Amino acid sequence: MESSAAELTDGVVAVVKRDCPTCELVAPVLSELQRRGVALTVYTQDDPTFPEGVTRLIHDADLAVSYHHQIETVPTLLRIEAGQETARTEGWSRPAWEQLTGLSDLGAGLADYRPGCGSMSVDPAIVDQLRVRFEGGVLQARRLELASLEDEMEALFEREWTDGLPVVPPTEARVLRMLEGTHRAADEIVAVVPPQLVACTVEKVAINAVMAGCKPEYLPIVLAAVEAACTDTFNIHGLLCTTYFSGPLLIVNGPLASRVGMTSGHNVLGQGNRANSTIGRALQLVIRNVGGGRPGRHGIDRSAFGAPSKLGWAMSENEADLPTGWVPMSVEAGHPEGTDTVSLFAGHGPSAIVDQLSRRAEDLIDAFVRRVSANIDPFFARRLDNMLLVIGPEHGRVFSQDGWDKARVRGELNERVFAQLAKSTPAPRWDGPAIVYAGGDAGLFSALIEGWVSGPTGSQMICHPIQTSAHNEGANR
Amino acid sequence: MTIVLDPTNEQRPVTRQRSERPAVIDGMTIGLLDISKPRGNVFLDRLQELLEDRGFGVKRYSKPTFTKPAPADLRHQISQECNLVIEALAD
Repeated sequence: MESSAAELTDGVVAVVKRDCPTCELVAPVLSELQRRGVALTVYTQDDPTFPEGVTRLIHDADLAVSYHHQIETVPTLLRIEAGQETARTEGWSRPAWEQLTGLSDLGAGLADYRPGCGSMSVDPAIVDQLRVRFEGGVLQARRLELASLEDEMEALFEREWTDGLPVVPPTEARVLRMLEGTHRAADEIVAVVPPQLVACTVEKVAINAVMAGCKPEYLPIVLAAVEAACTDTFNIHGLLCTTYFSGPLLIVNGPLASRVGMTSGHNVLGQGNRANSTIGRALQLVIRNVGGGRPGRHGIDRSAFGAPSKLGWAMSENEADLPTGWVPMSVEAGHPEGTDTVSLFAGHGPSAIVDQLSRRAEDLIDAFVRRVSANIDPFFARRLDNMLLVIGPEHGRVFSQDGWDKARVRGELNERVFAQLAKSTPAPRWDGPAIVYAGGDAGLFSALIEGWVSGPTGSQMICHPIQTSAHNEGANR
Repeated sequence: MTIVLDPTNEQRPVTRQRSERPAVIDGMTIGLLDISKPRGNVFLDRLQELLEDRGFGVKRYSKPTFTKPAPADLRHQISQECNLVIEALAD
């Protein structure tokens, strides 16, 4: 008999394989169950004749039953009543088997307990193949068969799907694995992506996240970033089309950031950390491939110079080491502490704020005033909220030792910058720069990230919650 | 052989035909759309003078911000009130 994924027959169901010494060991017990009147069905994963002497013996040749009933170990014994599983035990355990079957004195002469072996349906060598076979139907995207003589990396370049660097080929197996990172359905609409204003599904985001090099546990962050970018507030449309330099910078707050391995420490704005490097890149690939926002002569990304950070830029805030009294960026934006959020800032850079001598907040603030003042451009109506300050731990310590928190730093900075500019017109507007705490623990530096047009005419910084679930929290543990 | 999934929107943008250019524009109402970039108004002010000197009716419009597409209501209003529209990109 051949198996199907249909409901299991009522009674006791065993799943076994010959290539498992414990299954060989319990073969006589299975015969005993049948002899003692149990309604027994046995599914065998490898040898269709194993075990001998069982009447209802079914070959689970395509592993459909094993896959759909989440069999991880053989032997597994299931009790099925009215088509539903009501009990399960794995390996050989006399008490457990006796309890499940309601029989006593089973398996005379055997040890009381023996662990089982891995089910073929969870064999790492074939599990991806099984997932494609049994779950590939959820994927709606067009399949593209690359010719056997085509180099697959080159093939993706030729189709203009990349940002100029190689991408990971988005095979069905990889995309299904990526989708394991979210509880959201593959066909759920995430956002309407400019410039072509296309409804983008979770699946399309997952495909581009695979290409960017993301791990499945990054996907909730990428999804939240796509949602945030495509709001009227953040205005990714304008940011993409401008002749200016900037691109989206993602700042992640909450426990998820460190759990997925993002860095807020050394080289936080640079290369070398997979999560930081690929999460921002995934957003940019969605804008490119789904939204149709490509740079170049025929594209709508009209940046005159661009910036290296436009390949994809993401960081997290160092919440674990925040100085006393300092609050995370997400809390300043109104979210409860511990909320996983992604903030988006339209910027480029960074430029350095250097002061290795000051040991008092009153002195150190001058270095910030110098850099901020130099970056105030009348073309941007002298706004200060088109800048982002990344304050490093050594500068943060100088401020916090004198009792200055983020709000105080911002206030003192604004006051001093205002005093310098008060004589000139037009008068500056006084929304202060956003402040994030990050960077390596050695180096008396901070960073200023220059931004694009801010306020309602341009792009406003946005702090957006990340949808997580018990499911993907479990996967990341 | 590798099978990959298409990362694009799988749509072909519609090619829109340009409206037919009128041979004669006498008596038409002309809209001037400022996208709100600096100095766009300088160009449009001069254009308005020249058009009005020649007896055209002129209506002025502006986008709230040059960074976002023109709102649908504005586009509809222009199409209802004008025969032609001149849009000023600027800097």
